[in-house]
Amino acid sequence: MPDRYHIHTAAAPARFHRIGKFANVDWREDCSRCSNCVKLRCLYDVYRREAAYNRDPLAPVSTLDECKACLSCVQGCTKGLLNISLNPEFLSTGDEYWRPDILLTTWNQADAGRIPVSGAGYRGRFHGPGFDSIWTDMSEIVRPTRDGIHGREYISTSVDIGPKPLRLKFAPGGAMLTPPLRLLEIQLPAILDMPAWPAQGARLAAARIAAAKDLHTLAVVRSGDAVQALPKQLPSVVPLLSGEDIANSQDILEGVKMAQLRDGPDVAALADKLRSINGRLTISVRLPLSPVSAARILELNRAGLKVFHLCANLHGRERLADGRPGRHIKDSLREVHGRLVAEGLRDEITLIVSGGIAMAEHMAKAIICGADLVGVDTALLVALGCRVCRDAHPRGADGEARCGVAELCPAETDSTDSAYATQRMVNLMGAWHSQLIEVLGAMGIREVRRLRGEVGRAIFMEDIEKEAFGDLCRVPGSRVSA
Amino acid sequence: MTTSDAAVRVGVSTPEPESPRLGHSDWPQETVVREIRPAPDRYRNVLGKYKVDRLAACQSCGRCVQACQYGVHGKPAGYAFTLRPLDYLCIGPDCAETPASCVAQCPQHALTVRPNGSAQCMGDPRWSSDLILATWHQAATGHAAPPHLESRTGASGGGFDSLRFKFEVPGFEAPTPLPAGAEIDTGLDLNHRGDTRPRIHIDIPVYGGGMSFGSVSIHTILGKARAAAAWNTFTCTGEGGFHDRLKPYDDHVITQVATGLFGVREDTIQRVRIVEFKYAQGAKPGLGGHLLGDKNTPAVARMREAVAGNALFSPFPFHSVYSVEDHKKHVDWIKETNRRCLVSVKVSTPTDVDMVAVGSYYAGAHIIHLDGSYGGTGAAPDIAKKNIAMPIEYAVPKVHKFLAAEGIRDKVTLIASGGIRTAFDVLKAIALGADGVVVGTVELVALGCVRCSCCESGRGCPRGIASTDPELMMQMSLEWATQRIINLFGAWREQMVDVLGRLGMTSIRELRGRSDLLCYVDDDPVSGEVSQ
Repeated sequence: MPDRYHIHTAAAPARFHRIGKFANVDWREDCSRCSNCVKLRCLYDVYRREAAYNRDPLAPVSTLDECKACLSCVQGCTKGLLNISLNPEFLSTGDEYWRPDILLTTWNQADAGRIPVSGAGYRGRFHGPGFDSIWTDMSEIVRPTRDGIHGREYISTSVDIGPKPLRLKFAPGGAMLTPPLRLLEIQLPAILDMPAWPAQGARLAAARIAAAKDLHTLAVVRSGDAVQALPKQLPSVVPLLSGEDIANSQDILEGVKMAQLRDGPDVAALADKLRSINGRLTISVRLPLSPVSAARILELNRAGLKVFHLCANLHGRERLADGRPGRHIKDSLREVHGRLVAEGLRDEITLIVSGGIAMAEHMAKAIICGADLVGVDTALLVALGCRVCRDAHPRGADGEARCGVAELCPAETDSTDSAYATQRMVNLMGAWHSQLIEVLGAMGIREVRRLRGEVGRAIFMEDIEKEAFGDLCRVPGSRVSA
Repeated sequence: MTTSDAAVRVGVSTPEPESPRLGHSDWPQETVVREIRPAPDRYRNVLGKYKVDRLAACQSCGRCVQACQYGVHGKPAGYAFTLRPLDYLCIGPDCAETPASCVAQCPQHALTVRPNGSAQCMGDPRWSSDLILATWHQAATGHAAPPHLESRTGASGGGFDSLRFKFEVPGFEAPTPLPAGAEIDTGLDLNHRGDTRPRIHIDIPVYGGGMSFGSVSIHTILGKARAAAAWNTFTCTGEGGFHDRLKPYDDHVITQVATGLFGVREDTIQRVRIVEFKYAQGAKPGLGGHLLGDKNTPAVARMREAVAGNALFSPFPFHSVYSVEDHKKHVDWIKETNRRCLVSVKVSTPTDVDMVAVGSYYAGAHIIHLDGSYGGTGAAPDIAKKNIAMPIEYAVPKVHKFLAAEGIRDKVTLIASGGIRTAFDVLKAIALGADGVVVGTVELVALGCVRCSCCESGRGCPRGIASTDPELMMQMSLEWATQRIINLFGAWREQMVDVLGRLGMTSIRELRGRSDLLCYVDDDPVSGEVSQ
């Protein structure tokens, strides 16, 4: 039996203090010195750690960010002079998609690669836009194996990149006409993609390459960054090429297994050029997710291209021609997938979708909506401490926000040590992998390949709302509050 | 016995002389008085929605004491100074902005009323800060919360929070109410199969959900059980086994048989009136129970026959059940072990939950218990709590309609759980098609839970509810815990009776499936937000 796929997570504590959700407010005046101090009894030692920091400059910086808001101190103080409040800095972190709680859970997962587990039931809104309007299915009794995901059961998360024709074609003489299959198998249905904005330095690309090698997956990097990859890392590298740099990248192209081309009028010609350099190369085309994605994919398929990387924007939405955001991945991708199924081409084409994949559940849900695998981009930066604050940064000469540099970036992603960054990325993907297995296990699905396009194993809010509440009389909210 | 004798006996239904113990407790049963009594907050500083600040400029003239009709300010006879304001009684700007308020009347302008920042730190969209405070009020007094606290719905923007009874919304024709003082029945029979087993009546359409010893303290378990005894309803052991101290309440305890089979013995099945199979739990559908190592203390480990300090993962699913036929064998096994008990089947809410419910009925279940995906838990992966299986609001009408179409709706009791937070949630669940509900989180909130969701690790709950740590659990006495839950159910019953009276119904059973009495609140097109 071959070795099981295993992700080696290890503690890699955050370099910067994380913003806590709660801030403690404490009025020392009016204290009665009753010596029954509730601060001493804080279950999480929040106050004691803060005190250590106040007295000893060498003590680790530990602010009250670890407060869990159990309110024991607030309610127990003899004079009632302790208060806590929501931390405004926390609430203003991130944006409406990369919400502060997503950032916080990503930081925690990158610390040691553990699945986030907590007590009490779900706390968020009933449903929301995009992925938050999908629930995945579960199976009550029928499961294919006996041991549970914590036992001996093995749930495969490997996926193949490349065409899988439904049948082979033979010449009358018996010679096979179908070109030999070259499937590229990776062990995680996620590749490590470039961030949505050009924030990365060479160190980050190096970290992504090293993490991809550890994770048995692929890292998309600019061709200039691919040069730094060690020969043994090259199979994990996917250089992103345009016309002119193909000639300069000959050495790399001989070592890599997959290359990526930006979509353009001459993409088919460039693909031929790549094949002439390395005949075994898997060639993927990177194109924006848009309402015309399906048509463009069909067109490129006729030109012999089979692997497509659809890039949504930072918030998982289509990029329209005028720059505005369009539909969410969930709707757009289902359309592309459905079109390919209708054309009988689905297994010949591999779809990678990236942009807005912020949590482990997004990976599962994007696959349910029709992706073969996803690209993880911004989340990898968040793993290093990024707060997705680039919009507040001054813009450089190229019009792009300046990101990652020490004086602007709270996480200083530019100066992050590569080995450390690699471990944080591996940890995050380790936690995501475990969570994906939880979801697959609950559904009774033993391999992620079978999850692709399985909309029957998901519950879509629009459908179930109609089924459950369609016969109810509807009233506008303003009438209720009146 | 000869071989031929044995062969003859197999499958033959000649009843053996019934052991008097089957379905009966062998333990003297304790009665608990159903009495609403004040059970104030157990912390020194009671949290309120508003905070009243008094500056040092106060002269203690006592004008505020006269101005406030809610008892916020106090200056007992003989006191030179006014007392610290009891700001949890303050109703906020509705009063403070009027000229008669303490703020306006204070000659020194020393008083201010502002929202309490600490209270805003509690809760979340599902369990808003208001809901928690309102539940505390109900548990403290046994009556509905005052109007400045939103006590009917949370702020989650969907499900129960988007449903209203039509009478709550202006513009609908009001039903004819019952005359004041009319008798209204909130009770429910749990066995509708028409078999030989007892019908088992409960006085409120609510019973307590399973919480294992280990996930919560013994005071929490016993408080729930005593309150269940007082209200002639049930509580459930959860999967951590049957604690000896539960025996005096056997008649109000449901033994849970979960996939881990912790503490399941012939005795614990025979001593109760209802046995529940937990196939899945709403908060973590498709995953087994989960007790982290820290909380597996020696006492817990002893009861579960496990090694202390090890994390305990229950398997998923039942390894003896891979088909509906297996399921029937399971149910038969319990029915054979206890000839008088009812069998409840607790399942989660997958896409085919309607088929599961029908299958369970044909396998012999008396109660189908649907646990929706937003339900409570002592520990679960966050990804499971949010994403796997559908919320209960969707599952109840789906199953109700399907059972009705199959012609078996009146043969089975449909119980909903997983996110029932208020008396109105109970009523809405019943109007959507359930017979009754199971609650869990709300009982813990009544005991002082702030939903900080730190139940799972370390010593457990900082407020001593979901912890077996000897120091932490002693923050709460059993008597207080019992009274809080009795009061909560009292307040709920009061509200249910009020609503049924308005609807002109004399029994909660008339409300089942009356979704025509509900309306759905659409998001406001202007703000995009649901009005609360």
